[in-house]
Amino acid sequence: MPQIIVEDLVKTFRVAERRPGLWGALRGVVRRRHRIVRALDGVSFALEPGELVGYIGPNGAGKSTTVKILAGILVPDAGRCEVLGRVPWHKRLDNARDVGVVFGQRTQLWWDLPVIESFELLRDIYRVEPAVYGRNRDELVALLDLEPLLDVPVRQLSLGQRMRCDLAASLLHAPPLVYLDEPTIGLDAVSKLAVRDFVKRLKRERGVTIILTTHDMDDIEALCQRILVIDEGRILSDGTLEQLRARVTPERWLTVDLVDSDADVTDPDATVIRREGHRMTLRFDPQEVSVPELIGRVSANYAIRDLFVENPPIEEIVARIYGDRRT
Amino acid sequence: MRAYWAIFQARFRVLLQYRAAALAGFGTQVFFGFVRVMVFDAFYRSSSSVQPMTFPEVVTYVWLGQAMLLLVLFRPDVEVRTMIRTGTVAYELVRPLDLYALWFSRTLAARTGPVLLRAVPMFIVAGLFLGLEAPASWVCAFLWVAATLAAVLLSAAVATLLTVMLLWTVSGEGLAALGPAMVFIFSGMIIPLPLWPEWAQPLLDFLPFRGMADVPFRIYMGHIPPGEAVYALLHQAVWIAVFIAAGRWLLARGTRRLVVQGG
Repeated sequence: MPQIIVEDLVKTFRVAERRPGLWGALRGVVRRRHRIVRALDGVSFALEPGELVGYIGPNGAGKSTTVKILAGILVPDAGRCEVLGRVPWHKRLDNARDVGVVFGQRTQLWWDLPVIESFELLRDIYRVEPAVYGRNRDELVALLDLEPLLDVPVRQLSLGQRMRCDLAASLLHAPPLVYLDEPTIGLDAVSKLAVRDFVKRLKRERGVTIILTTHDMDDIEALCQRILVIDEGRILSDGTLEQLRARVTPERWLTVDLVDSDADVTDPDATVIRREGHRMTLRFDPQEVSVPELIGRVSANYAIRDLFVENPPIEEIVARIYGDRRT
Repeated sequence: MRAYWAIFQARFRVLLQYRAAALAGFGTQVFFGFVRVMVFDAFYRSSSSVQPMTFPEVVTYVWLGQAMLLLVLFRPDVEVRTMIRTGTVAYELVRPLDLYALWFSRTLAARTGPVLLRAVPMFIVAGLFLGLEAPASWVCAFLWVAATLAAVLLSAAVATLLTVMLLWTVSGEGLAALGPAMVFIFSGMIIPLPLWPEWAQPLLDFLPFRGMADVPFRIYMGHIPPGEAVYALLHQAVWIAVFIAAGRWLLARGTRRLVVQGG
């Protein structure tokens, strides 16, 4: 029995359009022009208990809208949605007790209060039993290494520290469902690793169901067996990472910083896709040419300051899936 | 209930931290209190007709007003306004809490914290040196406490309504400016309501705003005799109920069409 069922969800927003210039602004006062944005256009999926799903897509694709509907904050225009057998926006309060949410770009902690006081407030808000709260808090504090942060006012925390505290804050009431909306956004490498590690353990040890939205492909690679790709309000792909990559492209990108901006890197196994001053980006297929081989060849033939290899960004993959759909 | 109480306490504690602001505010309020007392002094000296309030009563009224100024001089909750603008309001909605009660608790703390910080020193200073008289009797003092608590609730209910209105105008600055200006005039903070012209009295009696300042002040000095105070308290209670009902209704409509800002 799935924990979350979403069927043909549609959500539109009316956005007021501003016309440029003073005259446009004045006309806007008298008559507003509205544009309808379809944030969700028939989204369907189902989640079993204990699944960890990566929900990816470019900005404005509809990720956060989906999460907000699942949290009971937004009401969709059409479609069916059930979370633990409840319609979230009808039973917002009951739903809220079973759900933990982290919005990565904002904090749920009280800005002027020490972290521990925010935790105690949340204990009161969710009416967590003192014994349960104590056990949960100690466990989270140990897992996320929060001990030195508990007495610090939130405004003095770094982004990475704050995110760790936010993660703990959303789990104090031990919810069976967790929505993490871009929890690694803006974090440095060490903090990202800490967050990923924690999410992994959360799934393994507590068996909670997790929806993770992110722009970071590395988050997905490290954490998710199943990936939902959404763009322009539609689910484009639903499957494992391997399936997704295999379906789209196996390619990697090699970015080279050249000493001489006039030099032109050419290689039989790689194609140039971008060049900006000293920096060139080439794409290649690691099944045709191995990474060390290509790097060796390029660095032998050209004067190079720096280079790195990466996966194509999510936007690229999504764009290709989208392209595939059209053709 | 415990959740709302906890939120009230947390907000209250934060507000008590702003001691420097309270001190500066206290200084300003003493200064403007002086100015107003002098204006009324000149007015009473030059007028030969009998006024509905004696000069010492007006002086007490002025200092009570300066002590409780922040009860009337209010804006929508700053925290909630920021939350709505930045989209952090989403977090308010994922809590298993009644949103109106949550915002009301916040506003109530925002009303009482700063008022308390300024009122206590003002009572001491004005009572000792500036002509603020003691309550007319023990009964008056008791009724005054009740009326002041009602004034706090009324003020919080109006402020919460203003806060809820912010859901409609993203910037909300117009509302934030308009509401308090009206409240300021019609509560008696500028000119004590008994000194207003005869024809304005029925209107002032009807409007909710006197319940925030004029009613408790006049009960304090016995200008509203204890026998009539019950009706004044009832007037406050009815308007509190009206503003809470309006706030709840508007919030229910607002959350249905809510667009949480940003991604």
